[in-house]
Order: sequence, then structure tokens, then C-alpha cells
Amino acid sequence: MSTKLNFSLSLAKPDQDLSTKQKVAVGLGAIGLFILFLAFLNIDFPNRVLFLSAALGLITIGTIVFANSAYLKKTEGIKNDGVWFKSISSRGILGWITGIILTAFYIVLYFYPQYLGLGMDGAANTGLISLFDPLSQLLSGRPASQWFVYGTFYTLAILIFGYKFLLKYRHNRYEQIRTGSVMFFQLAFAFLIPEFMYRLNSGLPYYDLKNIWPLNYYLFDEWSVKSFLSSGNIGLALLLFGIASIFIITPILTYKYGKRWYCSWVCGCGGLAETAGDSFRQLSDKSLKAWRLERWLVHTVLVFSVVMTIATVYTYLGYDSNDFWLTKGVFISLAIAFLSLVFLLTMIFKRDALGKDAKYGAIGYFITIALLLILYFTGTTHEVFFITSGNLRSAYGFYIGSIFSGVVGTGFYPIFGNRVWCRFGCPMAAILGFQQRLLSKFRITTNGGQCISCGNCSTYCEMGIDVRAYAQKGENIVRSSCVGCGICSAVCPRGVLKLENDSMKGRINPTEILLGNDVDLMDLINQK
Amino acid sequence: MEHIVIIGNGISGVTAARHIRKLSDKKITIISSETEHFFSRTALMYVYMGHMKFEHLKPYEDWFWKKNRIELQQGFVKTIDVKSKTLHFTEGFTMTYDKLVITTGSKPNKFGWKGEDLNGVQGLYSKQDLENLEIYAPNNKTCRHAVIVGGGLIGIELAEMLNSRNIPVTFLVRESSFWNGVLPQSESEMLNKHIKNHHIDLRLSSNLKEIISDQNGKVKSIIIQETGEEISCDFVGLTTGVSPNIDFIKESEIETKKGVLVNRFLETSIPDIYAIGDCAEQREAIGNRPVIEAVWYTGRMMGETLAQTLCGNKLEYKPGHWFNSAKFFDIEYQTYGWVFPEPKENHAHFHWIHQDDSKCITMEYNTITNEFLGINTFGIRMRHEVFDTWLSEKQNIDYVISHLEAANFDPEFYKHFEKDIQASFKKTLQTI
Repeated sequence: MSTKLNFSLSLAKPDQDLSTKQKVAVGLGAIGLFILFLAFLNIDFPNRVLFLSAALGLITIGTIVFANSAYLKKTEGIKNDGVWFKSISSRGILGWITGIILTAFYIVLYFYPQYLGLGMDGAANTGLISLFDPLSQLLSGRPASQWFVYGTFYTLAILIFGYKFLLKYRHNRYEQIRTGSVMFFQLAFAFLIPEFMYRLNSGLPYYDLKNIWPLNYYLFDEWSVKSFLSSGNIGLALLLFGIASIFIITPILTYKYGKRWYCSWVCGCGGLAETAGDSFRQLSDKSLKAWRLERWLVHTVLVFSVVMTIATVYTYLGYDSNDFWLTKGVFISLAIAFLSLVFLLTMIFKRDALGKDAKYGAIGYFITIALLLILYFTGTTHEVFFITSGNLRSAYGFYIGSIFSGVVGTGFYPIFGNRVWCRFGCPMAAILGFQQRLLSKFRITTNGGQCISCGNCSTYCEMGIDVRAYAQKGENIVRSSCVGCGICSAVCPRGVLKLENDSMKGRINPTEILLGNDVDLMDLINQK
Repeated sequence: MEHIVIIGNGISGVTAARHIRKLSDKKITIISSETEHFFSRTALMYVYMGHMKFEHLKPYEDWFWKKNRIELQQGFVKTIDVKSKTLHFTEGFTMTYDKLVITTGSKPNKFGWKGEDLNGVQGLYSKQDLENLEIYAPNNKTCRHAVIVGGGLIGIELAEMLNSRNIPVTFLVRESSFWNGVLPQSESEMLNKHIKNHHIDLRLSSNLKEIISDQNGKVKSIIIQETGEEISCDFVGLTTGVSPNIDFIKESEIETKKGVLVNRFLETSIPDIYAIGDCAEQREAIGNRPVIEAVWYTGRMMGETLAQTLCGNKLEYKPGHWFNSAKFFDIEYQTYGWVFPEPKENHAHFHWIHQDDSKCITMEYNTITNEFLGINTFGIRMRHEVFDTWLSEKQNIDYVISHLEAANFDPEFYKHFEKDIQASFKKTLQTI
């Protein structure tokens, strides 16, 4: 018999028609987008304030009306009916079109901002960007840039799709509070505060306080550090806060709550993924192959970004300790000492928890150290790894910052799922994941023997974790990639999964025989 | 090398195979006529509802079987020759075994209704059932109305499924209240309301009289026994329970009753042949358990146990404390220990229900010793491990009520009801 038959695509497809109200909502949103499109075509609107408000307002109202109609009339509960029948959420034609448009937008944004109307060499903005000038003037008193336009879209997306998500999960307080949190951090920390800070002190670089190195890969660039240092006490305080964020604040919070405190509660990339990207979470690849690729890729990016950052700082440090105590040599030595300390402590105290991964950890460590030594012996102020340092920096910014996190990470939402960047590319996620796996109270607890292997948890895991593989063994889920979005627990029909912070003891609990069977047998097999 | 052949690739057979592989190097073959690979039967509903694709129902990736040297044989066993230890397939080939495990599961019950074999009339158990459902009830144009007969767990799941495609459903339930052969009255009534809230036309105390055909041999309508009312429909779901799927064994020397009879070691009447899961029938009931347990968890537990026996550590099937779970539309249900619809002799129920009618618990306890015997919980998740421990420790009801928070398994930030439940329990005690 044929088992290849895919009967969710049977002859007569189930109706997925929109209600009249939803059609009106789509219409309103489309008008809003159309105004933006006209601006993109360089149509100069007579009253920018009016048309910008109309465009953003219509998109907002359209989304709100659509979400109300989709969820408010139904009873509270899981709302995944028809997810795999809808074109947009099952890699159908709408999914592909959306993916292509998003990708094209990112390419223009990163590489051809003049097409969006960015005024080059001091010229006034035109087109789409000029439409946003009034808003930018209002907030920071300067004309808009392509990044301001992007930031506005980004924030708006998190807010309106966050609203949709809040309705969808209105029975689930964890999801409600978490979504409120990402909406707040995006609006306040990523969007408004940096603009206000510019108003107060125009010398400061754009600084989103919650954007932590190495996700914020240019924090320690020469221009960035210089402008912090030249902005008086507040600049110095911000720079110190940036350093404390990664070395002090992050480990403490991750120990207490897991990496979710950042990835699905605070982070902007996570915020977009959880709100605008929610309809695509089921598209992530759950295969073992994808997991292997993920581990190689994300840790390679981490090694790369650590070495790159050290190399960058190295180039602008001096040789002579009489000028400044932190010379190139001292800096490299400190970096190697710190990495070695982390490596040794891990190997001494967490060797068992790492298991087979210890070997890969060691490889990563030695490659990093080797690169740093090469850097020390061959690097100059202008060249690192025999390449002009500026070129290396811009290559990193290009491949990781633009292509990976933007074009692939967000543009491909409708194809690979909403966490491609977070899973395969984010160096911050790799560091937090390392801490979560080895030194955190967080886990997803499996409820005894209650799992029926249905697969909802794995399907809706945006990080591509095969949650079921653990749940059906009665084993807790302790995975470095888990961002703690809580959806696996929400969609579980049998109440099997719970995200929680508990003691480190018994956190990882592989079992052979599940709870519910003969007590003697469980003792015999599991305690061995 | 000893060859262990398992007929059926459901949870029981696959669990047995996995554990045999962990414990030994024996040759293992799993036979199935349903699908090439193991899938989660309990999740078929989510494919129809569009939550998942069929691929997502497979708990192991396709390479898993080869890697673990578990051979998969597609085919339908016609007869078992127990003397020569040979299986004969309808496809014409044969296979010999050293040890045979029968895990053929269940099939939907039919009670000889007129018209029960018409097109558009079916149960919901196998992948083929789901494929047929896609033919007869793909949307509310092909299927303008559906009738479900039988108020059990599969019936309500089918109602939820059809509802997800906006197909109007009439739900015939023989009992005076949904599932009240299992649930205490208040819980059952809460579910009645919940079902109606989802616009299901719930007909209690209603039996099917007959199913009427159109000129093409497809269902046209049904008639209700009690009222004689005729309801026109394009689809009829028969969900009046399941029974062991063992027709092909009835001819063999293996002793059967309703299911394949097994002793506590899961051995059938013929040496080297075992039966586990839905198709097995215990010669004597274990505790309060029925002799045939058609539940996912018990199938898995039998598989875990039998693997030990087959690998030289002969073990009785000794299930621990009873537990189960289900979901009724939006309301999750879990049970630990035993709660009967009516308290047994010298037992009493403590019942608490939330005013929003979507959460309640019922605990059964012994009124003489105060021993806690079991809990049904709706809309509040509870920890299996904690209740399992309390049941083993024979904790009394007061202890359980006052420590209830330790058993809560709801997601973080959820509202807790322990104080409310404790207050309600105190009040109950005062009125007694």
C-alpha cells in the first residue's frame, strides 16, 4: 500500500475562506501598504503627517480587526485549526510570495537604501524614507534614515502581531505576560529610548540597552567605543553596562531562569519571531540532521564573533604600556586566560553533563586559542590574519549581520520557520545556550508517563527541538537551544510539559521505563 | 539468532521491539498492513484538523528502524501455524518465527445496525479511517451534516474534528449524560455544557435505530430509536467503543475470548506466543482494571514488561497506579488512582468546581480510613509523580488537600485554586 500519500492534501481541500469582516480587514491593511508602496515609487504626498498616519493606522486597524474576528468569537483554547491547510503557513504560494517580498525588502534595506529614498551625501530624503521624516523629527529631531524606517516597521510588527498573539493565547497567562514583555522592550528600549537619548546627547552612538554583545557585534568597534568615551560619564556608564551585561547580568539571569529571560522575553529578534513570526513556527526542521547543522553553525558563528571582536579591539590598542596599560599583548593574554578559565572550569565540573559534546567543546576551544595566537604573532594595527582589519570587519557585518540575521533570518520566515537566525546563527544564543545547558535551574519538566507521542510539541517548537523524543521517554528537556517560548506546553493535549526553574539536582533524568509501570521494574532498570 | 516477530506496529509492539533491541541482539521483525512506519494513533485527529501533517505523527525518523536493526515487513497475516511456527500472509508469502508477539490492537465496534456498512459510515481508528473521512467529510459542502453515534473519547474527538471544518454535528449518546459510565455526574454535566458551547447538537439518552441508504449505497440519513426522528446526514461516525482486532486468530489454536487470552506473564495458551496491548485479554482482572485495557499507556507498559521476559528476565505484568488523560475540546482531563462515577461502598467524593464551568476536580476517598484513592482533574494539570507517590504512601485525603499545590503542573503564572479548593473541602467536612 502507499504510505507516501499525503492526505492532508486530499482532493477536496477544507474551506479556509475568510469571513466578510476579515476580508474588510485585509482590505484596510492593503490600503495602508499601498500608501507605503506609492511613497516607495517616489510619489511625494502633500501632507506627510496625514499620509504616514493613515498608512500605519490602516495597517494597525486591519490587523486588529482581523485578529478580533479570528479569535474573539471562538472559545479560549489552542487555535491551530487549518494551520497546515493555509497557504501562508504551510509553504504554499502565499508563503513563498511573502518570503520573496521580505527577502527583497531586506536586500534593498541593507545594500540599496537609496531605492527607499535615502538622501545620499546630505541630500534631503525622498520616497518612502521621506514619508517617515515627520515621525523621526518628532522623536529625535533629525530626518529619518533607512534604519529609522525599518525600526518603525519592526516595532509596529511586534506590536500589532503581538496583539494578535495575545488574543490567540488569551487562556495562557505565561504567553500573555511574555508577549507583553517583548512588546514593551521593543517599543521602549529598541525604539523610543535610543531616539530620546540622541536628543539628549547627540554624540552617543545608537544604543539599544538590551542588545547585548555578541548579538550587538559592533559594540566594541573603535568608533563605538570612542564615541562612548567621548560622551562623558553617561557614555562611560553605558559602555560599562554593555560589558556587565554579558559578563555579569547574563550569567545570573540565565542561571535563574534559563535563556528565555532574554530570547523570548526581551530580545528584539526573538520578539519579532514570537509575534510576526508565530504563524511560521511549525516550519522549523526537526530532523537530527538539522540539529547537527545547527550545532556546527551556531558555534562556528560564536567562535568567529569572539575572535573578530578580539581582533577588532586588538587593532586599536597600542603596543606601549606607558601610553595605556591595556596593550595588544596584555589584551590577548587576558582574553586567552579568560577563555581557558571557562574551558577548564567546564571540563572539571561539567564533564559528565557534556557527555560526547565535550570533544567538540575542546575542538572549539583549541581553534579559538590557536586563532588568537596567530592574531598575536601576525596581527598589526592595520592587518589581522593578513587581511586589512577594516575589510574583515565589514565582511563580518555583511555575512553575519546583514545576510544571516536579516535576509535569511527574517526573509525566510515563511520557508524555514521563524527562528532560523536564533537557531543557526545567533552568537548570543550560543553563549546563553551553553550556560542554559550547563549552569541553569531551567528545564521543561515531563509529566511522568502521560505522553501519547502525538507530536504537537515537536511540530510547534520553533527551535526545531524534537520535544516529543524526550517527553515520550519521561525525560526532562534540557537543551541549549530552547528559548522557553512555552508553546510546547501550551499545545500539549495531555498536560505533559511544564517550563520551570527548580534545583539543579535531577534536572537531567534519562529513564528507560516510564512512570506507571511495575514499581520494581522501574527501580531495576532506572536506578542502574 | 532468535527471531522475534511482532504483528502490529502500534505503541505496544514498537515499545516491545525498542526494549528488546536495548537488551539484546535478537533479530526483530515488525509486521504491519496499516502503515510502513509507526505513528501515534491518538494524534490522527490533529491531521484532519490541520494542526499537523501525517509526517509529524511519526515519533521516530524513518532511518531509526534500520539503524536499530528492526526489520519492517508490510503485509497482512492471514493465519498462524503454531506447530511449524509459520505466518501465512494474504499476499502469499510466509515467515517463520521463534517467538511471536501479537499486538494487533482494536477495531471499532459495530452492533449489527441496519446500514452500518454503507459508504460514509465508519469508525475512527486507523489511518485508512482517516483517509475515508477525507473522502466523505472533507468540508461542509460534501458533508452538510454529520452524525456521531457513541459518547466516548473517540466520539467527542470526532465531534471536535468535524467542528474544525464547520461541519454541523449531531452527537447521539446512549447514556443520560456524556461519559457518565466513567465520570461522576457533575463532571459529566460540565462536559455536556462544554460540548453544547461548541455548537454540537448533543442528544442524550439517544440510540441509533438504523442508517438509511441513498440509491448509490451511501448514507442518506439515520433514525433515532427513541423518537423515530430521521436526521439527514452525509456521514455517520460509529464510535461505540472498540474490541480486539483478532479475527485472523480465531481459527488458530491460540485461545481467545473477546481478546487473545493471556496470563500475567502476557503468555498466550501456546508456548512462545505472547499478546500485548489492546488485543490482549487478561484471564483475571488486575485490581480495578478491566481485562482488556485499550489505552495507549497500558499498551506501552505491556511492551516494556514483555521485552524483559523475552530477553531472559521473566516478569509479570504489574501495572502501577492507574492513570489516564484526555482532552474534551478545550478542557484537559487527567486521572490518577480510581474515581468511580458513584463512590464505592464506604467511599465518598469530594468535588470542587470553578464557577466558570471549565475546571473541576473530584477526589474519591475512604470514609473510614480517610485514605485518598484517586482524583479526576479537569482544566488543572497535576503532577503524575506526586500523585503516584501519594497513592503508594496511602496518604489520607486531608494530607492530599493540604499539599495540593505540590501537585500543580499548570504553566507558570497561571491562577492557582488550591486555597479555594481547601476552603471548599473544609466546608464539606462541616456539613457532614
